[in-house]
Amino acid sequence: MKIRRRDFLKGIASGGVLAVIGKPDLALATERQYQPGALGILYDATLCVGCQSCMVACKKANNMPMERTRAPGVWDDPVDLSSSTLNIIKKYQHGEGQVKDSVDGYSFVKRHCMHCVEPSCVSACPVSALTKDKENGIVGYNKERCIGCRYCQIACPFNIPKFQWDDPTPEIVKCQLCSHLVEKGGISACCEACPTGASLFGPVESLINEAKRRQQMVPGKYYDFPISDLSGRTSPEFKSRMAAKYVPEIYGEYEVGGTQVLHMAGVPFNKLGFPDLPHESYASISDGIQYAIYKGMVYPIVVLGGLIYMVNKREGGDKEE
Amino acid sequence: MSEAKPIGGKVWSLPVLFFLAVVVLALFFLAQRFFYGLGAVTNMNDGYPWGIWIAYDVVIGTAFACGGYCMALLVYIFNKGEYHPLVRPALMASMFGYTLAGVSVIFDIGRYWQAYNIMIPAYMNFKSVLLEVALCIGTYVLVLWIEFAPTFLEKLKADRLAAKLNKVIFVFIALGVLLPTMHQSSLGTMMLAAGYKLSPFWWTSFLPLLFLLSALIMGYAVVIFESTVAALAFNRPLETRILGKLSEVMVWILGFVLVVRFQDLNARDLLPMVFGGGFKANMLVLENLCLLAAMMTLIYPANRKNPKLLFLSAIAIMLGGGLYRMNTYLVGFDPGNGFTYFPSVPEMVITFAIISVEIVAYVWFVKRLPVLHEIKQA
Repeated sequence: MKIRRRDFLKGIASGGVLAVIGKPDLALATERQYQPGALGILYDATLCVGCQSCMVACKKANNMPMERTRAPGVWDDPVDLSSSTLNIIKKYQHGEGQVKDSVDGYSFVKRHCMHCVEPSCVSACPVSALTKDKENGIVGYNKERCIGCRYCQIACPFNIPKFQWDDPTPEIVKCQLCSHLVEKGGISACCEACPTGASLFGPVESLINEAKRRQQMVPGKYYDFPISDLSGRTSPEFKSRMAAKYVPEIYGEYEVGGTQVLHMAGVPFNKLGFPDLPHESYASISDGIQYAIYKGMVYPIVVLGGLIYMVNKREGGDKEE
Repeated sequence: MSEAKPIGGKVWSLPVLFFLAVVVLALFFLAQRFFYGLGAVTNMNDGYPWGIWIAYDVVIGTAFACGGYCMALLVYIFNKGEYHPLVRPALMASMFGYTLAGVSVIFDIGRYWQAYNIMIPAYMNFKSVLLEVALCIGTYVLVLWIEFAPTFLEKLKADRLAAKLNKVIFVFIALGVLLPTMHQSSLGTMMLAAGYKLSPFWWTSFLPLLFLLSALIMGYAVVIFESTVAALAFNRPLETRILGKLSEVMVWILGFVLVVRFQDLNARDLLPMVFGGGFKANMLVLENLCLLAAMMTLIYPANRKNPKLLFLSAIAIMLGGGLYRMNTYLVGFDPGNGFTYFPSVPEMVITFAIISVEIVAYVWFVKRLPVLHEIKQA
C-alpha cells in the first residue's frame, strides 16, 4: 500500500495529541491538489443579474419539485436550499441597496454544493454513499447505499446536503454538478442556462486562471467574458462587459483545502453568507486521529492481545482459588 | 458457580405498568414516524440533523451503559476481585443500554431497511468515524449478550454449555474492554467533523480523550447509582463499603478530567470567555461544576462511607458527564443560517419509552434471573 507523506505526517501529529498534553493544533501546511480532470463552476456575482434562469434549468434538469413557500400562485419560490432545491440565487442588501456589488448596496449570491477537494461529507459517510469521482472530482450520491444517518449534514461546512424529512423513504439531496449531463459530454444545467456568464462551467484550473484574469481587470473598463463554458464541450461564446471591482479573494481557492466551485464578488464573502474557513479540511483532522489509532488495526489488535492475556491470567487465578 | 441469586417477587407492580403505558404511547408515535417520515414526529431539520435520539439515546445512553466496561476494567485488568459482586448487575445494565441504543438508531436513521449496508465490506468507508462507532457498538452488543449468557445458562441449568462458554469467555471479556475504549473515544472524534459549527468550548482535538474519560466516570457513577437504587427498591443492604472504595478510584479520574478540560481551554485562551457569561459558557461551567462538586465530596474518606453523599455524588457525575455530551452534540452545536432545535413531545416520549423498557427489563431480570449478589444471612 502506498503511504502518502502527508497522511503519515497527519498520523504522527494527531497521535502526538493523544499522547501529550500540548498545543492541540493540527493545522499542517497543505497544498491544494485539484485532480487533473477536476470540473467545477466559477460564479461571478458581479456578472449575475438575478434572473434565476439557473434555478429553473436546475429544477428541470434534475427533475426537482417546485416549492411554494411565500406567495400562493408563484410557481417556484424557495427561500433557501432544501430537499427540493439544489441551487439558489439569493440577494445581499444593505440599507436602501442602490449600488450593485458594493458593501453598502447589494449583491447576488449563488449557493449549491462546492464539490470540495477533500469533502467532509465523503469522509463522514460510513457506507460510501457519497463519493468523489476519481476523474472529474464531482461529489455524487448513491441512494442504494445511503442508510440515512445524516452525518454528512453534520460534517458539511456549507450546510449543503439536505434530507427529505417528510418522506418515509427519504434520501439525501444535493447538487451533483449535473453529473448525468456531464457524463454525456454536456455541462451543468445552471451554467448552460446562464445568459451573462455569471455561472461558468469548466476545468477547475481554467476557472482559476479566468478568475485571476478578472482580478487583474481595471474596474470600469470593458473586457470579454466567456459565457457558460470553458471546457470546450460547447462552442465558445464571449460577451463584452464592464469589469466590476472585486474583493481580492476567490472564495473556494483555499477554503477547507480548496473547492471545485469558486466564487467571485464585489462584497466580502462573510457578508454573503459564506463561513470563514481554515485552509485545512475538518475531515482531515478527524481522519488524522482515526488514522493514527486505527491504521491497519495494529494498535487495537495489540491491545486486544494484552487484554486477553490479562483476563485469562485473572480468570485462571480464580479457578485455583 | 456464581453467588448471585434471583430475588423473586411480583413483576407486574404499578410503576412497571406505568412504564409500559409510556411504551404504548411511544409505539403510536413510532408508527407515525415510519408511515410519514421523521419530520412528522421530530423537530430535527437540515441544520440540526441529529436530535435527542442520537444525543441522548446513543451518546449519553451508551455512556450510562459503561458500568459493565468499568467493572470489567477494574476486576479483570486491574485485578480487583473484591468488586466482583458488582459485575453482573453492571453488565446487565450495559447490555440493556447498548441494545436499546442500537434499537433507537434504527428509529433515527432514514433508510433503516438498508442498515445492513454498514456490514458490506465493499461499501465500508474506513475514513468514516461513524463506521467505526457503528461496527464497534454492534459488535459490543453481541459481546455483552455473550458475557451475560452464563446468567441465562444458570437459570436454564444448562451446565455443560455453561462450562464450554466458561472456557472461552475470557476472549469476550477482553473484547468487552477493548470495544468501549474504541467507540467511546470515537463518539468524541465524531464531532470533530462539525468544525466551526461546534463551539470552541467543545470543539477540541481532545474530544476523543475527553469522551473516553467521561464514559469512565459515568460508568462508575451508574454502578453506584444502580446499586443504591436496587438496595432501596428491593430492601437489600446497601453496598456502601465496596462503593466507597470504588469512588476512591473516581476521585483521581475526575481530577484528571478537570485538569485536561481546563488546561485545553486555557491553552486555547478561552478561559476569559468561559467565565464571561452567556448561555453556552454557563452550560460549560455547570457541566464542570457538577464534576467538581462530586470530586470535592468524594475526596474526603468520611464522605465515601456515607451512602447519601455517595449517591448524590454519583448523580452529580451522571449529570456533569451527561451535560458534557449533550453540550457537545446539541447545545454547543450551531449550524448558522438561523436553524434552531428543541425536541418535540413525541421525540421525548420515544426517548422516555426507551428508558422505560430498560427499567422494566431490569426489574424482570433481577427478579427472575441470578443477577444480584446473594445476601449472606449472619
